[in-house]
Amino acid sequence: MSFLILISDLMVPLIFVFIIFYGYSKKVEIYDVFVEGAKDGLKTVLQILPTLIGLMVSVGILRASGALSLLEKCVSPLADAIGYPKETVPLTFMRLISSSASTGILLDLYKTFGPDSFIGRFVSVMMSSTETIAYTMSIYFISVKITKTRYTLHGAIFANIAGVIASLWISNLLWGN
Amino acid sequence: MLNYLWGGMILIGIAVAAFTGKMPDVTNAAIDSSKEAVTTCITMTGILSMWTGLMKIAESSGLIKILSKKMAPFLKFLFPEIPRNHKALDYISTNIIANIFGLGWAATPAGINAMEEMQKLNHNKKYASRSMCMFMIFNMSSLQIICVNLIAYRTQYHSANPSEIIGPGLFATFVSTVAGILFVKIVERWKYK
Repeated sequence: MSFLILISDLMVPLIFVFIIFYGYSKKVEIYDVFVEGAKDGLKTVLQILPTLIGLMVSVGILRASGALSLLEKCVSPLADAIGYPKETVPLTFMRLISSSASTGILLDLYKTFGPDSFIGRFVSVMMSSTETIAYTMSIYFISVKITKTRYTLHGAIFANIAGVIASLWISNLLWGN
Repeated sequence: MLNYLWGGMILIGIAVAAFTGKMPDVTNAAIDSSKEAVTTCITMTGILSMWTGLMKIAESSGLIKILSKKMAPFLKFLFPEIPRNHKALDYISTNIIANIFGLGWAATPAGINAMEEMQKLNHNKKYASRSMCMFMIFNMSSLQIICVNLIAYRTQYHSANPSEIIGPGLFATFVSTVAGILFVKIVERWKYK
């Protein structure tokens, strides 16, 4: 399993080296292009910022009011029974529905438990291996006016559940006690 | 939907606070959270721009295109019913590669083009075709190899090693994608043959 940690450490440097050498070989003016591309990042963040303000406020209110811990208490018998961290249940469901709302909850979990806690690490892995279904399905199918999506939703939920289980398994293996 | 979700979360929070007597905390949380959203985005600006800059080099040098072409045999396995050299396959591979590298802005337009091309091959225009189901499920099974946003968020909350989740995340992403492919292959064989 130390192999996975090695990948974590090497992935970004390797991608840098590979892309820079490939850019040289194709005689791309890599620095100018980099700066150009970095502007896209700025634009993306500007788009994200307003939604993040909105949703961090609403999740912050939920947390401060005690509503989130109330919810955790409600789901804890079932979550404990299957060995699922109860604090992450709201995030798991929100992940399928809304990308920005789940980011709000994710950041709340980082703030409350810390990103290096078991919960923080597990939700990091889970967020990276799952995808928001509702939004993606609606834009793609609406674009071609398809109303009967057949088994698409089942398949997407199935794949995401597999991702969640795999995340929990690997997190337990790496960081469980 | 977010209209209800967002308003609902705030209203429920305030209603619960009325019972638990945590109204002052609610006010502080609202103010603090809005501030935190901005500081998080500042951290994210750096990391995300670094990534989009790097990816722009990959794009300009033609690397993304070449990787898309390398997907052909794999696409034949996923979409056996789409004729070879059909435009749909080009769009699908562009979408997949863009998703893998976290290029959301490039992924979505290519994905919509792919759906339009697959719709041309579709016999019943109201029902999703087999290739559409495969494409959507594959797409929604999460393909990204590095979640730059997550690393930025972890940095913002003072993780000792923000990138330690890349490897395990890659493993879980692989599992979810294989599960999605298997689901389609099995459902198709079991139901429609």
